[in-house]
Amino acid sequence: MEIVTSEFFQRALIGGLLIGVTAPLMGLFLVLRRLSMIGDTLSHVSIAGVALGFLIGVYPIAVGLLFAIAASFAIEKLRKAYKSYAELSIAIIMSGGVALASLLFTMGKGFNSNVNSYLFGSIYTLNDTDLYVIGGVTVIVLVAIWLQVKELFLITFDEDAAAVSGLPVKFYNVMISVLTALIISVSIKIVGALLVSALLTIPAACSLIIARSFRQSVITVVIIGELAVIAGLLIAGVWNLAPGGTIVLLLIAVLLMLLVFKRGVRTGS
Amino acid sequence: MQLRIAVRREMMAQSNRITNADASCHQEVISLEDVSFSFQQQTVISNLSFAVKERDFIGLIGTNGAGKTTLLRMIVGLLKPTSGTIRLFGEKVDRFKQWERIGYVPQKNSLNPLFPATVREVVLSGLYGRNKLFKKMNKADHKKCEDALHAMGIDDLKDKRIGQLSGGQQQRVFLARALINNPSLLILDEPTVGIDTETQESFFHMIKHMHQHHNITFLMVSHDLDMIRSYLGQEPAAGNGKLKFHIKHSHETQDCVENDLAHSLKGLREQMESRKEVVLIGDRN
Ligand SMILES: Nc1ncnc2c1ncn2[C@@H]1O[C@H](COP(=O)(O)OP(=O)(O)OP(=O)(O)O)[C@@H](O)[C@H]1O
Ligand SMILES: [Mg+2]
Ligand SMILES: [Zn+2]
Ligand SMILES: [Zn+2]
Repeated sequence: MEIVTSEFFQRALIGGLLIGVTAPLMGLFLVLRRLSMIGDTLSHVSIAGVALGFLIGVYPIAVGLLFAIAASFAIEKLRKAYKSYAELSIAIIMSGGVALASLLFTMGKGFNSNVNSYLFGSIYTLNDTDLYVIGGVTVIVLVAIWLQVKELFLITFDEDAAAVSGLPVKFYNVMISVLTALIISVSIKIVGALLVSALLTIPAACSLIIARSFRQSVITVVIIGELAVIAGLLIAGVWNLAPGGTIVLLLIAVLLMLLVFKRGVRTGS
Repeated sequence: MQLRIAVRREMMAQSNRITNADASCHQEVISLEDVSFSFQQQTVISNLSFAVKERDFIGLIGTNGAGKTTLLRMIVGLLKPTSGTIRLFGEKVDRFKQWERIGYVPQKNSLNPLFPATVREVVLSGLYGRNKLFKKMNKADHKKCEDALHAMGIDDLKDKRIGQLSGGQQQRVFLARALINNPSLLILDEPTVGIDTETQESFFHMIKHMHQHHNITFLMVSHDLDMIRSYLGQEPAAGNGKLKFHIKHSHETQDCVENDLAHSLKGLREQMESRKEVVLIGDRN
């Protein structure tokens, strides 16, 4: 149990707790807008940015963030071109990101192990800079959502109604994209690029099962996100498992339990 | 097959004459000047001009694909006309700011049944416009919500998840959302589709009531000829292949009652009310 009191574990816990609030919250808006795949796409693209960061010797998370933001704008543009076939644009950008990442990997053979830590996460290697960046992103995201939860609700629920209410829909779309890119780029070192989207989408999937109101769903995603992060880190620490994978498997376990429970309630009544 | 909305010129001229006579007390709520719209190659609306004035009740009738929804979406700024100008309360749509004066209920809401939102949250969201930016909802706002729910007779549904309601109940929720701002203009796109006959009747009664006693201006698409006929007291003329305007002035020479006292006397006001009724009738050939 002494791992729990070690400094690297406590850093991991702080980082995890911060991401455990922001990622599920933002994920809720994405899922409700039927953009669940965006998380996965942006994280794959930001891996290319991380690789480039290592290659040119710049803070990888920052380069990853730039890539994620660029990708989110590209998705918006393509989404307009393909209208209802939005997932097409997501597939295009995602494969582009992976292709670019693999190219950059082969160009800088030396840093492969480092990049690996971004693919699967390496929460125990969070340094001070990482924590400050994660803290900053958390503040930005929470303030933005706190101030504009009504507007975000309306845009998520009914984009046309939002426009007819005079809300600047384009601005909010950009804001949602940028905030998502921010969260993803700081999350990939914690849960890994391959698993980020789970932290975004699974809590929201759980809330769709149990929440009756929007208010409840906001509370639900945060509670489930935090529980999974805390329990996942403890379990991983004690049994020496991969932290990112443990958190995600826990989330899936919670989702399955809710589904079974819900079915039980239905057939029981 | 190309569909257009054409305007009978003599009708427009007539309408303009009335416009000037009434200018003192009946503001133009919606005005279209030479508006055209096309999707890629297909021209949906061409050179359409007309005005909706305060307290008008306009029914829009047309066959599927005639361009009714397109017209309404342009008026509320969701689509940009290919050419021409649209004004709301005298202001160009793209500059218009007082959106709380307009209630809009779109044709059908492709609602995800799992969306986690209660009826109350949806109705309240009608208030989330630009001038409530960053503000928290207060007691008065919640009172408005209760009133709107009450007006639509859905008080007992307020804590239900919106996706659990029937289509007709959902439609009432969206109407309540449109009413919560106490709008002076209601734009409704086939509001009674999927609503049972009984509810439809009370709905039309309510609309009539809002028009006559609350001075709300209506622009409404409906396939329900009976309703338009009974309310506007007029036989819609058959279209001749193109959409055309059929304008009827029920009280062409009305004096405007400017006296507030007279306005408040309901019976008197009903008598004095100057209404201009337009039916848009469309047909395909
Ligand atoms: N997004 C779009 N892209 C291309 N064409 C469109 C689009 N939306 C509508 N149209 C075309 O515009 C025309 C008018 O459509 P609109 O929805 O305004 O008709 P409508 O009068 O409301 O019909 P309905 O009674 O079925 O509601 C149709 O012929 C349709 O094919
Ligand atoms: Mg229509
Ligand atoms: Zn009445
Ligand atoms: Zn009344």
